[in-house]
Amino acid sequence: MEGSYPSTWRRPPQILTDRRVRIGLQVGIAIYLVLAIGTLEVDWARVATGMERGQRFVMGFLQPDFVSRWDDILRGLIESLTMTLTSTVLGVALSVPLGIGAARNLAPRPVYYVCRSIIAVSRSLQEIIIAIFLVAMFGFGPFAGFLTLAFATIGFLGKLLADDIEEIDARQAEAVRATGASWGQLVNYAVQPQVMPRLIGLSLYRLDINFRESAVIGIVGAGGIGATLNTAIDRYEYDSAGAILLIIIGVVMIAEYGSSYLRKFLQ
Amino acid sequence: MMLRLEGLSKTYKTGDTALGDVDLSVPKGQIVGLIGPSGAGKSTLIRCINRLVEPTKGKVMLGDVDLAALGKRELRRQRRRIGMIFQEYALVERLTVMENVLSGRLGYVSFWRSFLRRYPGADVQRAYRLLDRVGLIDHADKRADALSGGQRQRVGIARALAQDPELLLVDEPTASLDPKTSRQIMRLLTEICAERDLPAIVNIHDVPLAQQFVQRIVGLRAGRIVFDGSPDQLTQSVLTEIYGAEDWDAMRKDDEDQKSAETEQRARLEAIA
Repeated sequence: MEGSYPSTWRRPPQILTDRRVRIGLQVGIAIYLVLAIGTLEVDWARVATGMERGQRFVMGFLQPDFVSRWDDILRGLIESLTMTLTSTVLGVALSVPLGIGAARNLAPRPVYYVCRSIIAVSRSLQEIIIAIFLVAMFGFGPFAGFLTLAFATIGFLGKLLADDIEEIDARQAEAVRATGASWGQLVNYAVQPQVMPRLIGLSLYRLDINFRESAVIGIVGAGGIGATLNTAIDRYEYDSAGAILLIIIGVVMIAEYGSSYLRKFLQ
Repeated sequence: MMLRLEGLSKTYKTGDTALGDVDLSVPKGQIVGLIGPSGAGKSTLIRCINRLVEPTKGKVMLGDVDLAALGKRELRRQRRRIGMIFQEYALVERLTVMENVLSGRLGYVSFWRSFLRRYPGADVQRAYRLLDRVGLIDHADKRADALSGGQRQRVGIARALAQDPELLLVDEPTASLDPKTSRQIMRLLTEICAERDLPAIVNIHDVPLAQQFVQRIVGLRAGRIVFDGSPDQLTQSVLTEIYGAEDWDAMRKDDEDQKSAETEQRARLEAIA
């Protein structure tokens, strides 16, 4: 009896069920897009000169000069790597207790709110803003950069760790609790094994974010390879700047491959 | 009486009554099968005993101690006396089998001992003995998630026994196991309770399986005890009272079919070996 059933089927609209509302919305979006593009002012003459400068920049890239500023580059690179590693270690060390405190299923309400607030502050301030502030407080140099990155790491890792803890398999925790385990033992036996691989993965990921950020915050005076890069651009030494950028790309790539290999190893 | 519940009630914040005025006594060495439809409060009942769920009202007497009246610290001490075995095993999957069994000792050792995995020699010996008892001594160093379902549940049993408990709470021990493994697990549980003269409350969906292995059956419906008797008193009309109308004889027959299928399979496998 195939004949009595329809032979076509279309997925019914899920969100806006009214056809008129749907079409109206699509037309509205199209009109807004046209109007918005119309308000952009493009100075084509400026674009032409800019292209020329851009070309010089690109030419610098194509002939990177590693040699004439090598001492500065090396010093900046070592400073950046030191800053990256130390700030990641401190950041991870602080974000573990903070993340546990910010997990609704482990911490008492007041602790939870305090920890979540600290995380929210850290996450809402962009690294450059924190760096400008800390450079003003502690002066130019890598110490300000170290503190900036450590602070940013706390927000990033604290939040992801807390979210991860909130999503653990509650049955495993219940079973450990039923043995008469204390809170500390519960964290050590039921929570830690469940979140550890992800915590390690995130820490490695944060390590390479911190290296990239160290290049950015150097521009506002927080030391490291970013400061070297800033100096090179200020002196119109695009060939040295090109060399620095290539080194940054190289290090980030090594960190990327290294951490993805390690994460795979930790499954 | 080892365990005595008096007027135990649980009302959830939503206003749902999960348990209403439950009275129940379990003597030493007795295995009680707790049956009833989903949502009847079986799981809530056993969790109210070790207070993984806080009872709203009533007493939970384990020996001379009223568990319902204890403070946090004392509750943790008393929880050591109650071993619990879970549906879907609830092992910590990324820990080794040995760590899972030793976690039964958590209530007895200090945080640092457990953190450093430096358990007293007697605890380690006990853990090995229990793993041997459940037939898994060669798997001690494997990670729990490397084991099969039946093996995991046996680790769960060893973990509960590591507590040296005076009472076992067993929540749907066979819910995710095949029929043959289910029987093996139930048999192991009954043997162990007999060896140690341990009382146990076993939540169980599978009525025929309960009838085969337990000495006493308690039927729960909508948070109240509607039946309490021996397995052979569990007639069709009683089952209808607990679960509502259904063709119970068909289920019994299914069970007999299953048993004969199992015997058949066993015979076939022996022939291959």
